[in-house]
Amino acid sequence: MRKSPNYNLIAGCSLTAVTVSVIVLGFFWTPFDPDAMSPIKKSIGPCLSHFLGTDNFGRDILSRVMEGAGTTLSIAFFAVSIGATFGTLIGGLTGYFGGVADEIVMRINDAVTAFPSILLALVVVSITGTGKEIIIIVLGILFIPSFARVVRGEFAKQRNMDYVRNAKLMGVRHTRIMFVHILPNIGPVLLSSIAIGFNNAVLAEASMSFLGVGIKPSESASLGRILLESQSYLFSAPWQALSAGCAISILILGFALISEGLGYRRVWRTATKRRRKVDA
Amino acid sequence: MRHLRKILALSLAILMLSAALSACSGGKTNEASPQSTAETTQPQVSAEPVIGGELTVGIAQDLDDTLDPQKMVSAGTREVLFNVYEGLVKPDTKGNLIPAVASDYKISDTGDTFTFTLRDSVKFHNGNVVTVKDVVYSIKRAAGLDTGETLIDGFDAVKSVEAPDEKTVVVTLKEPNIEFLALFTAAIIPDGNDPTKETVGTGPFKFISRSPQENIVLENFSDYWGTPANVDKVTYKIIDNAETLVMSLKSGAVDLVAHLTSAQVKELGEGFTIMEGTMNLVQAVYINNTKEPFNNVKVRQALSYAIDRGAIMDYLADGRGALVGSSMYPAFQKYFKPELVDYYTYDTEKAKQLLRDAGYPDGFEMSITVPSNYQPHVDTAQVIAEQLKAIGVTVNIDLVDWGTWLSKVYQGRDYQSTVIGVDASMMTARAMLERFSSDSGSNFTNFSDPEYDKVFKEAIASTDDEKQVELYKQLQTILTEDAANLYIQDMCDLVAMGNGLQGYEFYPIYVMDLSKVYFTK
Repeated sequence: MRKSPNYNLIAGCSLTAVTVSVIVLGFFWTPFDPDAMSPIKKSIGPCLSHFLGTDNFGRDILSRVMEGAGTTLSIAFFAVSIGATFGTLIGGLTGYFGGVADEIVMRINDAVTAFPSILLALVVVSITGTGKEIIIIVLGILFIPSFARVVRGEFAKQRNMDYVRNAKLMGVRHTRIMFVHILPNIGPVLLSSIAIGFNNAVLAEASMSFLGVGIKPSESASLGRILLESQSYLFSAPWQALSAGCAISILILGFALISEGLGYRRVWRTATKRRRKVDA
Repeated sequence: MRHLRKILALSLAILMLSAALSACSGGKTNEASPQSTAETTQPQVSAEPVIGGELTVGIAQDLDDTLDPQKMVSAGTREVLFNVYEGLVKPDTKGNLIPAVASDYKISDTGDTFTFTLRDSVKFHNGNVVTVKDVVYSIKRAAGLDTGETLIDGFDAVKSVEAPDEKTVVVTLKEPNIEFLALFTAAIIPDGNDPTKETVGTGPFKFISRSPQENIVLENFSDYWGTPANVDKVTYKIIDNAETLVMSLKSGAVDLVAHLTSAQVKELGEGFTIMEGTMNLVQAVYINNTKEPFNNVKVRQALSYAIDRGAIMDYLADGRGALVGSSMYPAFQKYFKPELVDYYTYDTEKAKQLLRDAGYPDGFEMSITVPSNYQPHVDTAQVIAEQLKAIGVTVNIDLVDWGTWLSKVYQGRDYQSTVIGVDASMMTARAMLERFSSDSGSNFTNFSDPEYDKVFKEAIASTDDEKQVELYKQLQTILTEDAANLYIQDMCDLVAMGNGLQGYEFYPIYVMDLSKVYFTK
């Protein structure tokens, strides 16, 4: 049987590659200074020199979207890194060893997940104040439960498999079994939840900035802030809101397709494995 | 067929390109003259006025605090009830106090006794004539002389209220204060009346009904003592969403909306009468004068020179608004000192020189704390942050919610600087200037100057109006010369009227007088 190409994964990867390269470019070069204001350039529609137009301060929107997407993405990156690292550790330990500790940690996990993560983030930020670092830490901590849950499930499934039992019989250390033997086997699952995590982080940062409690306006542009500021110009200067909105959509679509594609690959793989077994 | 498609695609591409190019140049010319997008017409004399008609006004907030005119605190409530209630005197559009329920008043030379003569045949909405008993009850109630609970700030200065005859009321204060006259704008209500149960005033409109979060209905009061209102009925519709408010105006469901922003007026498009006034507040970067480096007057002056106020107004409201140079807004003509407006003109070289003199040749880092729910202030802070880069000052903008701002900045005074608008709670210069005397409880800028304190004490004790005005102007000059705060502007306040409505007039305080508006054919 010929393996049909995984369109989701291909489309997702190429979309993400394009956006990420534009964003990386934005770290070093933008068409204009994203913060430079100019009264004579106020709210110009999209044209050749300002590809996405300018906002009510005369700032170039393309430059701001490039910088803003960079800010949003870097926050998402660090937040997901924190979430994934600690989530994997917690999920791995509890899933592998089980027992009372597993029960307790997972119930705490449930309690945290019971609250919408943005709401919790809002509460924390209103106490600690806003800022890039704080948002990264807060979102990172809030993402731990979802990773922990996924990883725990996989570890619990794998720990009773033959290869793990064999390794145990041969006297391999627990840490080695966990991170060298089991972890690579749950790679695809972890990857696709990282992709989903990225989506959630991008959305969370954008919503927080949109609500005015995210990135400080003096720090750098952010997609959520651009949306917030364009709110009152929805009809007179729609390009502002559209550019930021589209940028968020494209970012998320890329990651969503990747996560979908990874899931498909996993299903396809297990299906072929089963078929092979039957063939044998 | 193939050719046709190619040609079609090509022409489409050219069309899009030219559209994009024209948008580019078109945008620039449009922005240069804000008047081209929003018509600013004065009340037209040519259009024939029509007496009568039903007026619908869109307001953003319900009268949530109270219907009691002596207990109300929110500006939105004051704005509505201004049409229903009147005091012994009332403000006019120029900021003077004119007799209302009283036909005449006299202030004693000692400045502590006010004598009012009641106007003949002023009627309450329930048909009864206003008597001295009603007036004494109203003032006693506001001052809390019987209950011990002062309902209106400042009324605790009242010592006694007496009615020597059927037409005269004498109010004695604990100490001289000629500005106290402004407090007699307090509503006159019938003897024994509880305004939360029964809304009876003497204003041009009588209260008919209120459906919470929905509407408030007023009706023309035919027995009004003064010039009667032009329209028969007023319905206030409560629409708390700003976008919905604009849309209702556009669809004609609402005839009049006040307090619009420049951007909202742009969304409206053609066919509306736009009236431009100011919000009667002083928007400024208020500075914590005790915090480093702002305890140095040269630093404050440097920052004053480094801010381009004109540009701020351009960004925020297409150049609309009125520049201020001290803690007084222009609509308050009696006290406003226009010479101070251009005391600090935009000059980055001078600013840099002053910073060098102050010992900050490379600038410094400062923070501006802004309440995040007031977008105009947040926008102002952003523009200032960008402008101060030119003299090497790095600005961090800290966004906080309104509650945090009140507790941390206003009450706690734990901040470096903040962008906010400060208004007057009543129509006195004291309300604007008292907060900068060193022992004032509301001196959130921690401004302290012995000279200022001295002049302020002199001003409030003065019993001569002219001299008092002079002293208040002197106080403003001290604030400007010391650069106590970075004064920016009195922000523009736009009123949009549709359906041929005319006649709206602005007051130097936050009210909306509907008795003067009229429909035209």
